[in-house]
Amino acid sequence: MFIRIRRRKRESMSIVFKQRSILPGFGLALGYTVFYLCLIVLIPLAAMFLKASALTWHQFWHVVASPRALASYRLSFGASLIAALINLVFGVLVAWVLVRYSFPGRRLFDSVVDLPFALPTAVAGIALTTIYAPNGWLGKPLESIGIHAAYTPLGVTIALTFIGLPFVVRTVQPVLEDLDKELEEAAASLGAGRWQTFIKVLLPTIWPAAITGFAMAFGRAVGEYGSVIFIAGNMPMKTEITPLLIITKLQEYDYTGATAIAVAMLVVSFVFLLVINLLQVWSGSRREAGSARDFGPLNADLKPAWEKGGSK
Amino acid sequence: MAGSAASSIRIAPVSGYVATKATSEPAVVRWLLIAAALLFLGIFLFIPLGVVFVTALHKGFAFYFQTFRDPDTLAAIRLTLLSAGIAVPLNMVFGVAAAWVIGKFDFRGKGVLITLIDLPFSVSPVVSGLIYVLLFGLQGLLGPWLIAHNIRIIFAVPGIVLATIFVTFPFVARELLPMIQAQGNDEEEAALTLGASGWQTFFRVTLPNVKWALLYGVILCNARAMGEFGAVSVVSGHIRGLTDTMPLHIEILYNDYQFVSAFAVASLLALLALMTLVVKSVVEWKSSQQLKQQALSGGEENS
Repeated sequence: MFIRIRRRKRESMSIVFKQRSILPGFGLALGYTVFYLCLIVLIPLAAMFLKASALTWHQFWHVVASPRALASYRLSFGASLIAALINLVFGVLVAWVLVRYSFPGRRLFDSVVDLPFALPTAVAGIALTTIYAPNGWLGKPLESIGIHAAYTPLGVTIALTFIGLPFVVRTVQPVLEDLDKELEEAAASLGAGRWQTFIKVLLPTIWPAAITGFAMAFGRAVGEYGSVIFIAGNMPMKTEITPLLIITKLQEYDYTGATAIAVAMLVVSFVFLLVINLLQVWSGSRREAGSARDFGPLNADLKPAWEKGGSK
Repeated sequence: MAGSAASSIRIAPVSGYVATKATSEPAVVRWLLIAAALLFLGIFLFIPLGVVFVTALHKGFAFYFQTFRDPDTLAAIRLTLLSAGIAVPLNMVFGVAAAWVIGKFDFRGKGVLITLIDLPFSVSPVVSGLIYVLLFGLQGLLGPWLIAHNIRIIFAVPGIVLATIFVTFPFVARELLPMIQAQGNDEEEAALTLGASGWQTFFRVTLPNVKWALLYGVILCNARAMGEFGAVSVVSGHIRGLTDTMPLHIEILYNDYQFVSAFAVASLLALLALMTLVVKSVVEWKSSQQLKQQALSGGEENS
């Protein structure tokens, strides 16, 4: 025992890079992973920051805060925000309906929710434009009541809603599936109405997941190019999204201008990545990823006998 | 991780929830909610899907098949298949290596590695293409060196392949990672103590356990590789017949007002998307079967 204590002390005093493990392949796998990442991600990113560093602060601000860039931020961020909010509300609704109710075709609808992930953005772009164009399936009825959808910010918002649709649904669904029925039963037995139960008991439980989905949908929408470029109209200062502004500058060989705006967008993306990771830690989903929750049948076996008659 | 819950496989897709009077809404409310949800999904998902196929067949089947005899279209299809054919296997090897290192070992800097792997999801596709232009383009860091050696990367096929690799490399890693983490180290350690070599352990113990997640990751990676538009648009130069992939070709046809042809090519990619969704359902079902079997046999390995 004396020897064991000494060994433990020695281990805790040195800086441990990796926990001891008998599994092989750490060096090879880590080496290849880091090599690949350097080649594909880090070196190109470094090139971009190097290029951006050639600009003085003054020049950088001149490009990033030009009226045209500001108008594009207003459109990109504004439409993304509205689209993400729509997806927040309807995403929770769709997740609720898919988890709680059974109706013919439920599995079909559940699978199709992933369509915006699987469908190429260009295909989505031309499809949405064709639908909402003045003579399109939904465009014509909208025109007759005076709403112009295609080639306006409204069209951009519709396209971004399509893009972000799965995010909230897929983050809220697991939480709803794991909800303990006993919470609602307790609320009901204490006299809460159904709506009260939803607002005060269920909503706070799914709120972190819903917000995570909202942030992911927003982050994706801000950078979206393919789905939006066809329906947007692309008029500078009016219906030009930020990614298009970058491409336009590239085509004019204004590499420094394009880099400046790209760096600004990248900084915002990094901030979002951080926010999303923090949100996921808050909602505990990082703990849950790949945890016992996924072993549905196994989980039941781990519960004590008096709990086995419960929800799952 | 950004997008992880959204695109990964759910093992328990069907809720075991049993509604009683105390925990369910009146029937009217229920059906109103269902109607609202289905209307939302119908407008945003089914109508766009429908319009692709309806417009593609607008001028009949003969015209539809005629579109694919156009040499530029065929070149676009070939280039798409080529870039996916290079990007997907490379990313699969990367994904397996990354999942192995992150899932089976504990080391400092793991969080940084995971964040780096998630990077393409939070970066705009246009920016993804831009970083390669800034590295390999005419005015890029390596531009003069490349011109001196007559190597063309940007506005040529290698640039397209690189951009595709960047945008799709996280998919396999992120599908595999939760699976590998959930499996734990026990089976591999047992195999090693029984005398298996590292590679034997990997191929005969680890891979069979995660084969469905791997398959789904590869399918998703492939779908995204074939459909990538923004990043490839920046690096390709849009040279018809040479550096056009299918999505870029769709854009060209659409901007030329050849709507039916554009949708005909789009319908191929839409079919690919539908196949991806079908594979996802199959993989989810098979994974839950596998887990059920493992639970029934008391956690023994079942391959």
